Amino acid sequence: MTQESALHLAVALDGTGWHPASWREPGARADELFTAGFWVDQVREAEAGLLDLVTFEDSFALDTDRADRAQGRLDAQLVALRVGPVTSRIGLVPTVVATHTEPFHVSTEIATLDYVTTGRAGVRVKVSSRADEYALFGRREYGAESHEGLFDEAADHIEVQRRLWDSWEDDAEIRDAATGRFVDRDKLHYIDFSGAHFSVRGPSITPRPPQGQPLVSALAHVDVAYRLAARGADLVFVTPGGVGRAGPTGDAEAILRQVRAEEASVGRTGEELRVLGDLLVVLDDSVDAARERLARLDATDGEELRSDARILTGTVGDVADVLESWHATGLAGARLRPAVTAHDLPRITRELVPELQRRGLFRTAYDADTLRGHFGLARPADRYAQV
Amino acid sequence: MAKKQIHLAAHFPGVNNTTVWSDPASGNHIEFASFRRFAQTAERGKFDFLFLAEGLRLREQGGRIYDLDVMGRPDNVAILQALAAVTDHIGLAGTVNSTFNEPLDVARKLATLDHLSGGRAAWNVVTSWDEFTGENFRRGGYLPKDKRYLRAQEMLATAQALWDSWDADDVLADAASGQFLRHGDAGRFAIRSDQFDISGRFPVPRSPQGRPVIIQAGDSEEGREFAASSADAIFTRHAELEAGQEFYADVKRRLEKFGRRPEDLKILPAATFVLGDTEEEAAENARQVQYQQVGPATAIAFAEQVWNRDLSDVDPDGPVPSFDPKTDDDVDSGGHISKGRASVRMYRDPVATANEWRELGEREGLSLREVVIRKNGRHTFVGTPQRVADTIDEFVQSDASDGFVLVPHITPGGMDPFVDQVVPLLQEKGSFRTEYEGTTLREHLGLRPSPTTVAAVSVEA
Repeated sequence: MTQESALHLAVALDGTGWHPASWREPGARADELFTAGFWVDQVREAEAGLLDLVTFEDSFALDTDRADRAQGRLDAQLVALRVGPVTSRIGLVPTVVATHTEPFHVSTEIATLDYVTTGRAGVRVKVSSRADEYALFGRREYGAESHEGLFDEAADHIEVQRRLWDSWEDDAEIRDAATGRFVDRDKLHYIDFSGAHFSVRGPSITPRPPQGQPLVSALAHVDVAYRLAARGADLVFVTPGGVGRAGPTGDAEAILRQVRAEEASVGRTGEELRVLGDLLVVLDDSVDAARERLARLDATDGEELRSDARILTGTVGDVADVLESWHATGLAGARLRPAVTAHDLPRITRELVPELQRRGLFRTAYDADTLRGHFGLARPADRYAQV
Repeated sequence: MAKKQIHLAAHFPGVNNTTVWSDPASGNHIEFASFRRFAQTAERGKFDFLFLAEGLRLREQGGRIYDLDVMGRPDNVAILQALAAVTDHIGLAGTVNSTFNEPLDVARKLATLDHLSGGRAAWNVVTSWDEFTGENFRRGGYLPKDKRYLRAQEMLATAQALWDSWDADDVLADAASGQFLRHGDAGRFAIRSDQFDISGRFPVPRSPQGRPVIIQAGDSEEGREFAASSADAIFTRHAELEAGQEFYADVKRRLEKFGRRPEDLKILPAATFVLGDTEEEAAENARQVQYQQVGPATAIAFAEQVWNRDLSDVDPDGPVPSFDPKTDDDVDSGGHISKGRASVRMYRDPVATANEWRELGEREGLSLREVVIRKNGRHTFVGTPQRVADTIDEFVQSDASDGFVLVPHITPGGMDPFVDQVVPLLQEKGSFRTEYEGTTLREHLGLRPSPTTVAAVSVEA
């Protein structure tokens, strides 16, 4: 039996960092943003810090038209796949836009990531809420569907991914030379999903992945998103002390109460959601130094940094204090968004992690081989298997 | 005058009876380790590229999932991207369907693959025809058959417009001056055509190859025209010398009217191989592989694809059935016994095919299974390594092809004998590279760099 880490720690990777001026900082490697080495090095740094997982942001649309900001984005799933073979323990969680993608394709891509990493794949599902992203696909009218409808579709998207992962029982491949049968087709299952936006017949083209069910996650600020997570995710990222579409999100305790209430109202069974708090971090040796850094970055960009997640400007000790208090409230851990990856990611892995270890809150070695394992989640039974 | 160079691709066997899964040497075909092994072997052999086909639905026959062949595979572009991490030179080519994908998503994936492999991406553009496959996707079977090629053409033209929407020097990333882009709206596009009405900014800056290499598979008139107009390589079944020369001349002749040179399109037939220390041993090996590939159950299944009816009570070791195939359900109507299998479309005239099989059986005293083997199981190259190397070189030097897409019958080790025994002989002849000279797949294939870019693009129907 493995000992689950008291706190779970993730880092959200997004280009050179979450501050728009981050690309101009020393060591940012902005000219390498679209190369493999840029991403491999970041994830290896996170893995050296024993983190549970990294997420990769994604969007089909670009964030800005400002020529003085870093722009351009690679497909997050493929970034994770490129990193997979050269890392060994850390979970890899690319973002997928449910609104504009095929659940069948996403299911097999994530299953493939799970094969490539032998059990370290996850996926973060999000909905599209930008007119310019709709125009890139030209198939649906922006604003024609309710916010609730889009989240319902995302829940369907997750459901289809999950059914497809289970559509091959683990022992479906039999290689029975006597009868010439490669598979036992009674162990392959049509999923016959039918929903408002798509119907998918199945089975998958890809056998059941190593984890059985790769880890599904979502970022949530409002009740409709907490409900999505409660319906289909294993892990939810929330923003205590942050701001969502409906205004301030509330503190960790209030958010956790809402998450648990949604789990109850959708009748969730089995493992309860693991809840990680998001925090955008600007780290330095003192609070003053960190504030000075942020001020300098803001001045470079010409705008004050804005974020849906709380911005913590301070020392790793300050972050550890927040994480410890969140943990006391019942959060499983945190997902940190480094303001400047080149600066703040090493602070997390080389200073925050040792500090959390000193407090007895974080693992001192990886004790599981899979992403589910990092969270103490067992490999689930196949929903279609006859017991 | 330098000798004409051979181009070789390694095809990781897909879901058909090529793979002899019952062979003790046959390994796992879904774990990453198998793909890594296969890719690294091909790279050791200095192959131009690795090729992976695509799966969108498991095949069915007689209303049930077809269970006789290797089946189950990963997402091909995903595996290619992962293979970029464990290889350095070899090109990475995957089939991506134009019917059940959207251009922005596909163009973004291929541009990403090209960036994260340092310029080694290739896209085999194919079309789908059936509602059967559509049952796994949002749109279902929405596309009329006669619009398949239109959509493929528009998909490709649109993807190319998206790749061209960034200039190579748009990204400055100049921290000192604070200028990341030359223009704030790089990647701007607007496309309106029969199939697409999209606009905005393409999110991926220009990739190392500019445009990934484009492959087209198909021997039809439409396929040849499509390839001549816009592909960099064409996959074909014409792996016989005279038929190959005819096909080669025909396709190369078409290039001029599109303003292209003969060397701008590489012709690569699919080919299998069986080696032996002597000609006799190779022939015996080939015979054994054929019998393994077409077992009794597979022989019946193949016959059912022609007869379009249940033949489970027919003896595979007996004669070819004396009755005629069922012809009331045409392949495209969706009523055919076999679903998800492109090869069934070859049997345009099943009665004639059945007659041909029957005559062959009667003339040479062959059983049904032996006829199926004769018709479907022929290997392209059988012989000693020297004989195979000579034949391949002869094909290329006499303009029957520019090289081959080789598919072994064992996963993942089936390419090793070719790489170890045949490649050195091709190198001795001066027909095949001994080291990679370029870094991109375009360079391996001897293709010109992508056309230069234009800032704003409009594709008209």
